[in-house]
Amino acid sequence: MSGHIEPMIGRYVHVEIGSEMHRIYFEENGEGIPLICLHTAGSDGRQWRHLLADEEFAKHFRIIAFDLPWHGKSNPPASWRGEEYQLTTARYTETIRAFCRALRLDKPVVMGCSIGGRIVLNLAIDHAAEFRALIGLEAADFQAPWYDTAWLNRPDVHGGEVCAALVSGLMAPQSPEVARHETLWAYKQGGPGVFKGDLYFYRVDGDLRGRVEKIDTKVCPLYLLTGEYDFSCTPEDTKRTAAAIGGARVEIMEQLGHFPMSENPPRFRRYIAPVLGEILAQSNPTKQKQGVHA
Amino acid sequence: MTPSSNATDATVARAFSGIRELLEQTPALIARGRYLDCDCLLGPMVQPFHVSIRAGRIIELTLAPVLMRSWQFAYRASSSAWAEYWHSMPRAGWHDLLALTKRGEAVLEGDLHPFMANLQYFKDVLALPRSRFAAVAS
Repeated sequence: MSGHIEPMIGRYVHVEIGSEMHRIYFEENGEGIPLICLHTAGSDGRQWRHLLADEEFAKHFRIIAFDLPWHGKSNPPASWRGEEYQLTTARYTETIRAFCRALRLDKPVVMGCSIGGRIVLNLAIDHAAEFRALIGLEAADFQAPWYDTAWLNRPDVHGGEVCAALVSGLMAPQSPEVARHETLWAYKQGGPGVFKGDLYFYRVDGDLRGRVEKIDTKVCPLYLLTGEYDFSCTPEDTKRTAAAIGGARVEIMEQLGHFPMSENPPRFRRYIAPVLGEILAQSNPTKQKQGVHA
Repeated sequence: MTPSSNATDATVARAFSGIRELLEQTPALIARGRYLDCDCLLGPMVQPFHVSIRAGRIIELTLAPVLMRSWQFAYRASSSAWAEYWHSMPRAGWHDLLALTKRGEAVLEGDLHPFMANLQYFKDVLALPRSRFAAVAS
């Protein structure tokens, strides 16, 4: 309908990261338990627009999606002079925690996808007590590389085209064509070297093998959901990771790939609604019967 | 690499030889490859095709081997992998060219620049038999 205005509101919050102030763009909707949503490598918070606009979820959760620096509408910091961008485990962890502090969030839930799913595991290892629950989508402690990231940023290959073409096959063929194209559009718009720089965390710096065993799900519940068509973080990668973590909950999402929240939002909703319902029930027993399905 | 039957080999080879015609019926895909000139080796592992592409059009598609014919890059997969890839709704792990290389069902060799610079073009060109393969295979 022409004139329809979606419910999420976008603003900037100033966040100190690495002793430097960053303008971080975020969108939010809803009231209740803070739910931070982390986008995939090389993309931005638009991936979460369907979840942000979900009226039922918004009754119980303050849904927030922010763009990492260098991504979407969050610019690089003022000190940047064109140096190569590289995301590290320490920097990514600090960014999420600083963002939560800047918004004064009380024990938020963090849900991240891909690199966001990997960093969720790191939050569970080192900072579990700060969070109400952690949700890793397409998350594993490690996954085997399947291409050379040098192709993502070189002057004789169009960065937007190659980034999008590489990830296009990570979506399920059943996902609606319009949603698949929208998912790829963010990859076509990413800044030069940003996707590659994010993958430094994924490929080089963020190997969590041998560390996830330390996760205590009694301190903070952990949910891992992976799409069956994700051949980057495969269902087997997620199951192997979960097998090392006592109490971790695992779900393999049929007919979904690496971008469940954007490639097929209604199908993803079927899987995430029970998880959010359980988190809500644990946070507020009076809501136990109500859930978030209706 | 998954072994395939002679019948699968023959069906896949037949489907592959029809790609040129299918591409001619897809002008938007030709337009996407308009800056691409390349001689490459594509198709089944055992007996691939020499494919010559000019301005996004396949101008020649000839069964290998051709004596002393050069190629810039090769993408070859097992016949059973092509048969899986060409399902109208392929199974997980068989649905993308690079999913096939990751699982060891396909091999990518040579100078990869034309392949990577035109990656979505090659994914879509090599998926063209998907629309017909079920009928051809039955």
